Amino acid sequence: MTESPTTKPSSWEVCHGVKNGLTADRGCLVKSLHRCNEWHPNNRCHLAEQEEVNVASQYGTLYNRPFVESFEETPMLVAVLTYMGYGILTIFGYLRDFLRHWKIEKCHIAREKEEQKDFVPLYQDFENFYTRNLYMRIRDSWNRPICSVPGAKMDLLEQASHDFNWTFEYTGRIVQDVINLGSYNYLGFAENTGPCADSAAEVTMKYGVGVASTRQEIGNLEKHEEMEKLVARFLGVESAMAFGMGFATNSMNIPALVGKGCLILSDELNHTSLVLGARLSGSTIRVFKHNNMQSLEKLLRDAIVHGQPRTHRPWKKILIVVEGIYSMEGSIVRLPEVIALKKRYRAYLYLDEAHSIGALGPRGRGVVDYFGVDSHDVDVMMGTFTKSFGAAGGYIAGKQELIEYLRSHSHSAVYATSMSPPVVEQIITSMKCIMGEDGTTIGCERVRQLAENTVYFRKRLRKMGFIIYGNKDSPVIPMMLYMPAKIGAFGREMLKRNIGVVVVGFPATPIIESRARFCISAAHTKDMLDRALSVISEVGDLLQLKYSRRRMQPSLVRPFDNNMYEDIDD
Amino acid sequence: MICASACKMNFKNLREYLAWLYYQYLLITGIYVLEPWEKSIFNSILFSAIAMVIYTSYVFVPIHVRLALEFFSGLFGGQPESTMALMN
Repeated sequence: MTESPTTKPSSWEVCHGVKNGLTADRGCLVKSLHRCNEWHPNNRCHLAEQEEVNVASQYGTLYNRPFVESFEETPMLVAVLTYMGYGILTIFGYLRDFLRHWKIEKCHIAREKEEQKDFVPLYQDFENFYTRNLYMRIRDSWNRPICSVPGAKMDLLEQASHDFNWTFEYTGRIVQDVINLGSYNYLGFAENTGPCADSAAEVTMKYGVGVASTRQEIGNLEKHEEMEKLVARFLGVESAMAFGMGFATNSMNIPALVGKGCLILSDELNHTSLVLGARLSGSTIRVFKHNNMQSLEKLLRDAIVHGQPRTHRPWKKILIVVEGIYSMEGSIVRLPEVIALKKRYRAYLYLDEAHSIGALGPRGRGVVDYFGVDSHDVDVMMGTFTKSFGAAGGYIAGKQELIEYLRSHSHSAVYATSMSPPVVEQIITSMKCIMGEDGTTIGCERVRQLAENTVYFRKRLRKMGFIIYGNKDSPVIPMMLYMPAKIGAFGREMLKRNIGVVVVGFPATPIIESRARFCISAAHTKDMLDRALSVISEVGDLLQLKYSRRRMQPSLVRPFDNNMYEDIDD
Repeated sequence: MICASACKMNFKNLREYLAWLYYQYLLITGIYVLEPWEKSIFNSILFSAIAMVIYTSYVFVPIHVRLALEFFSGLFGGQPESTMALMN
């Protein structure tokens, strides 16, 4: 249960200041609990046992910092107007479909062939209706071509459309120095200069770019072995394995871990890759409400008491699948509570740290570091290299036996091509930088800078009166837009003022809760953030986006709700 | 809500303010994303509906108000008259 203190004291002493939200004027109890977790690893054993007993009542003893999350309710008038807007656009959608059907208007979209007209239709769902009649009209906010490194600032190709976004053409001009608030560039490693880029270039000269085989056959370079050992050391686990694509890591490895007769308890808002992996595995899937520990506990208890659906045999395995940071909500998983629940009910935990690795925690080791829990408590740690490390790919880490099993049984390991050497070198260099092993404090500085930027940006946005979802410390910041026309208008107005943002609508979010999602980076300087904030405020006034009805900082943990169990059915 | 944020923005003249109000109308109804001919269809339908409402209220509201007043005054004022007539 004790954690090796070899790498901790050095980086801890160097980085002072804002440590992911824990400021100097906290009460003594929280500080002493925090110090207790940091400097006396022996006490962790006693704390863990106490936590197990008190899991249902005293959430306060599990956390070493206040957990502040808020999801402000949609104002009623805004919801009604949003539905009205969608209704009007649906009517016009039907009108356009009618015109297309009767050939009064030329049809640009995919159609079935003449011979197939009498067959069961292929293209008639609501989602295609939505694509034809709404997404196409505001499509210029997505798929914008970038012609530089997607760092803190980037260059875009200017595009124009003369037939209302069905086709685009490039004017030939380049929009320069657009502030990038959309890239998952949390620690600023997406750069074309510096030690990472230089070492990647060297490795390309030595190994080439393609590997021309799978890991199992002849594609296992020494670089891969070095990287995997480094990843295991970074996370504080026994062993790790890397794959070429983060999505494939989830969807191809969950089927190797669970199968028929197993139970998967997955969060409501899990990423598509986790859902796909769970469905491919063939296990029973039950969904609990987002980040809601009472819902999860009820599902666990029901699963253990009733067993499998008809035979009532015990489940072979129960796997709880959660994410570190949920990228559409900006919320952070309640990891101490999940671990306490998993220990009590003897389930396994699969933690997807796609967005949180490198971005949370005083040392940048992810959500495990942020809460100060033991990394051996999480059975399967998964993450991606795309976001904080500026590379591509994913990893799975855990016990030695687990990783050895996956090396031979995972589809991705057996069939997918190995990672390309420059990408591997980028991971190695950036990880060493974050750990401080390259001899500089750049990594530590960046982790600290990201935490500072996040807290500052969130505080300012909230004060301006926007509705912001999510945890106070998460670098993913969704800002609510609600109305369908404002999705397109926001994207365009921000680009006019040289700021690039990502706007999201249905089907990635519920239909009335469309949002703009900002991703803060350590590469953003305070000037850039200030400029971005003033522009956001200006556009917010222009488009009337300041919906929030409270101006004070919310400071509550979501209360226990007595009707939480009503609509959970087995 | 509209007035509060309108004060924050600097409108040089009435024309700009009206243009901004029209922009808000486009955004809230969702018309902003439609092609110009669709915008015209929607605006003309809405305008004619509102014109009909105004015309109907102009023609019929005074008549209805007068009838209602007569009905209520007949109800209260008429009763004492009939009992007095009976007694006499």
